Amino acid sequence: MRRHLTAYGFLSGALVVFALFSWYPIVRGVTLSFQQVNFVTAADWVGWSNFERLVNDPQFAIAWRNTIAFTAIALVLGFGVPFVTAVVLNELRHAKTYFRLVVYLPVMLPPVVTALLWKWFYDPGPGLFNTVLRGLGLPEGTWLDSGRIALVSLVVVATWANMGSATLIYLAALQTIPGELYEAAELDGAGVLQRIRHVTIPQTKFVLLMLALLQVVATMQVFTEPFIMTGGGPEDSTITVLLLLYRYAFVYNDFGTASALSLMLFTVLGVFSALYLRVTSREH
Amino acid sequence: MLIFTAAFLVPLVWVVLGAMKPPAELARVPPTILPETWVPETYAQAWNYMDLGRFFLNTLVVAIGAWAVQLAVAVPAAYALSKLRPLLGNVILGLMLATLMLPAAALLVPMYLTISDLGLLNSPAAIWLPAAANAFNIYLLKRFFDQIPRELLEAATIDGAGPIRTLINIVLPISRPILAVVSIFAVVAAWKDFIWPLLVFSDPAKQTLSVALQRFAPDTPINLLLAGLVLAGLPMVALFLAFQRHILAGLTAGGIKG
Repeated sequence: MRRHLTAYGFLSGALVVFALFSWYPIVRGVTLSFQQVNFVTAADWVGWSNFERLVNDPQFAIAWRNTIAFTAIALVLGFGVPFVTAVVLNELRHAKTYFRLVVYLPVMLPPVVTALLWKWFYDPGPGLFNTVLRGLGLPEGTWLDSGRIALVSLVVVATWANMGSATLIYLAALQTIPGELYEAAELDGAGVLQRIRHVTIPQTKFVLLMLALLQVVATMQVFTEPFIMTGGGPEDSTITVLLLLYRYAFVYNDFGTASALSLMLFTVLGVFSALYLRVTSREH
Repeated sequence: MLIFTAAFLVPLVWVVLGAMKPPAELARVPPTILPETWVPETYAQAWNYMDLGRFFLNTLVVAIGAWAVQLAVAVPAAYALSKLRPLLGNVILGLMLATLMLPAAALLVPMYLTISDLGLLNSPAAIWLPAAANAFNIYLLKRFFDQIPRELLEAATIDGAGPIRTLINIVLPISRPILAVVSIFAVVAAWKDFIWPLLVFSDPAKQTLSVALQRFAPDTPINLLLAGLVLAGLPMVALFLAFQRHILAGLTAGGIKG
């Protein structure tokens, strides 16, 4: 009995913070979705009207479309680039530590710093990218100023900033592949691409799947890059679900509708999170 | 290899140099590579212009407080769940781990309202307390504590040490590696965070560096802004170089966090 009491004494801090800042907000988020609050009178139950308001907002569909496009492009880039980088790093004999440091350095920078820096790099005049393109004699880009490629420009920033973690996690997985497998494949006459296809990918498929799911969950919540670099423009081409949520809650002060949008996002991401947990628990 | 260095280091060097060019030179097309006129004072000017000292201090208070509160909450909790094994311990652990599935974005609005109800808006506690509800810390620490042999703790109990003494004198000293990982990630996360501090610090005087920089960005001369960005990034780069082995080891060994 005393042991239980002592244990709960040790747990009390955690129980309080989880109750206040995790468990209760979950319940409150769901109830708020069906309420209209103004902080003067008691909250009104309004049924599904918050959801109706959302669905009728023309920006709603645009925000989801942009978020899904962002996530899809980020999956191709933020998954493909670290994969190739890790495979190349794994082959290196020298300067491995140097490259590990370099690829992870941007992960340490505050996202606001990265976003503001890249906004300057994308400057069409004296910006870094157009300078390099001009130097190579290539046509210049419009980057953030054109509705068509602004979203892709943001994905590039997010990939640059975050790919260090995925690369190093994947690199660690590559190093657990027994060397004999490659030797055997080589004896069978397999080329580099075949070795990657028949040895590397099957041997690391858990890590690959896990990284992909994590990537989806993280990028569906993208906020900092569009908030700072484009504000959702030009012409709503980079407005994301989280940006819309921010506007409802903190610009229009409509916490009910913002919660309804959170609940939708939560439901969609919940599927990916559940998949992630299944994959990781099966691996252990 | 060159491509690699070019992609990751050149942009950073470009900024550090760019901040030392006078505004007229910064606006020139095509730009100069090395500054024609070196103006290293820009860094000092930026510091004064944006009052960066205040925001560094705010960020430091937020980060150190978040670190302290996270450890104060997670260490005893993980120890209780691992070694004292109370009634319903596994249910509690399950409820905590389930929160790992929650996307942070889904809780922003209700958490904001809760912080507002508690009267904590514009107080560093608005960052510290929610940061402590971190199931990942508890999971990492518990997994480490699980490997500490029972006999070691029983020996301490026979010597008359209570659970608090055992935790402080026996468990904590052998847990230094995992405590280092949890600590570094706590500080880095607090330093990098943007959306949550943006919501809870509406008072400009209380803001963290990230929030203040995005507020200054639209109407600060570009050379001063660049210098400010370099200064804001510097502590994280220094932390990384100092603790790179812990950070890189924690990334792969400690499981994965988004």
